[in-house]
Amino acid sequence: MSAPDLPLTPEDVAEIAAILDGTAYERLDVTTARFRLRVARDGHGYTQEWTFADDSAPGVIAPEAAAEAETGPVIRAPLPGTFYRAPAPGAPPFVEAGAQVTPETVVGIIETMKLMNPVYAGIAGTIDAIVVDNATMVAKNAVLMRLSGPGA
Amino acid sequence: MIRRLFIANRGEIALRVIRTAKAMGMVTVLGASEADARSLPALSADEVVIIGPAPSSHSYLNIAAVVSAAKAARADAIHPGYGFLSENAAFAAAIAEAGMVFVGPALDSLHAMGDKLMARTVGIAAGLPVVPGGETADKAAARAQAERTGYPLLLKAVSGGGGRGMKRVDAPDQLDAQIDMAMAEAQAAFGDPRVYVERYIARGRHVEVQVLGDGHTAIHLGTRDCSIQRRFQKLVEEAPAPLIPADARATIEHAAVRLAQHLRYKGAGTVEFLVDAETFEFYFLEMNARIQVEHPVTEAITGVDLIEQQLLIASGARLSLRQTDVDPRGHAIEVRINAEDWRADFRPSPGQVMRAAWPAGPGVRIDSHIASGGEVPPYYDSLIGKLIVTAATRAEAVTLLANALDRLTIEGVDTTRDLHRAIAADARFVAGGVDTRFFEGLDFRGPVA
Repeated sequence: MSAPDLPLTPEDVAEIAAILDGTAYERLDVTTARFRLRVARDGHGYTQEWTFADDSAPGVIAPEAAAEAETGPVIRAPLPGTFYRAPAPGAPPFVEAGAQVTPETVVGIIETMKLMNPVYAGIAGTIDAIVVDNATMVAKNAVLMRLSGPGA
Repeated sequence: MIRRLFIANRGEIALRVIRTAKAMGMVTVLGASEADARSLPALSADEVVIIGPAPSSHSYLNIAAVVSAAKAARADAIHPGYGFLSENAAFAAAIAEAGMVFVGPALDSLHAMGDKLMARTVGIAAGLPVVPGGETADKAAARAQAERTGYPLLLKAVSGGGGRGMKRVDAPDQLDAQIDMAMAEAQAAFGDPRVYVERYIARGRHVEVQVLGDGHTAIHLGTRDCSIQRRFQKLVEEAPAPLIPADARATIEHAAVRLAQHLRYKGAGTVEFLVDAETFEFYFLEMNARIQVEHPVTEAITGVDLIEQQLLIASGARLSLRQTDVDPRGHAIEVRINAEDWRADFRPSPGQVMRAAWPAGPGVRIDSHIASGGEVPPYYDSLIGKLIVTAATRAEAVTLLANALDRLTIEGVDTTRDLHRAIAADARFVAGGVDTRFFEGLDFRGPVA
């Protein structure tokens, strides 16, 4: 796993910027089998841009859910993360099927990057079905619940 | 002597530790989760061990998994970074039991400071002033304590840090809902749902003192100001804390050293104070028994490599620095570039960074694990890099910061860059010495592009 040509230290980058400073060149590219570094002049200073060979491998992030064809009103995940139906383990769920909600009703929580993000219904209506289990990883825009409209 | 160092962390701090450890001639072994197997720290370490699946509870927070991986990798010592298990006494004990060195303070210091309530008690014992407040075993106790403390108040996680599980409550009718949220966050982030109540001091500045101790003597490396926060999480940090009279600053620094000496503290630590923005009265908040995210601003003005000091002290060395050797020069400012949509209430914005062009040049330091093509997984916190600028004066540092932010480009995820541009252009920030309410008065439109 070790990469013998890594790392170029911040001091190395500063030195490259200093070398460029005394020249008419706009940028300097360093390319090895494992990385590419571009140090470029930009306005009052310089930028450094790194690309690493391994980073082109497929990611581990849950992709954004394809916008599923939904005929009725739904509540979608506002961001990717772990969906929780209750505010705490063992606590009663925010909503059950049959509950009436307004746009401001909190219907669940999504834990992303260690933060608990409330999920608001966003629309008024009656919860018909909760389609995601508690403590499930969901993608952004995944359908969490189906509703019937206030007049339905 | 540490020959093989295991790094039990991820992101920019893992990379930061790897750099110094390699420069000191150590072999670096990174314990990474499956989600971080191809991260920049993993590419940079001499060896990588996968410690578990992506969720922190199965990897970076799993004491048995981390300790056995380090043992199997024949590590002499474990550096915990910040967050995760860095202040976990059970982790430190398990490391000692496995015959390795924990790069951090002794167990009794972790016990004394790992729990904010205990920290209050120890702070009082060391003669430091503290903010009025107290413990709450459950909701009923919280209500009773809230009545005694008065509103507005803060709910804080007993095992907390980094603003997780911390909530401001302005009126009694908000208390129950906020307690639920605070306890859930505290449980998720620290595995300990307990919270306590503290009076909210409106015109407060968050000032902290970097200390180093070797178990015998302790010194300070000056102040940092971290008053610019949102959701109680720091966004901008600078060193030294600006516009504090010399005698008040000396009193605060002295109090921090007194606490470190009281604890016979061993390692790098940060003593946090709430300082009244007008009277400069100060209250001890807590001590962070670990390296801090914002440590580079102290390194910038003192020339001391704090990770190196941690590793030397963990190796058993006495402090080679005396107080008189520490002579802070100039001014440094750090801004945290987070993968967040700050215009949508700082909603996390994980994903793949298509392009990352970071500033470079004189007076500019970047601590980041994110390069073009890098991944920001949804499992961990949102920090993708830190921009640190250093100049002879604060005014020059602010100018350097604004210029550097103009050159920073991150594509693929939302970031806090433009928020920092707005901060750098804010007249109150330019003047210096803002309090923790800074954010409420910020003009979010920012500089005209």
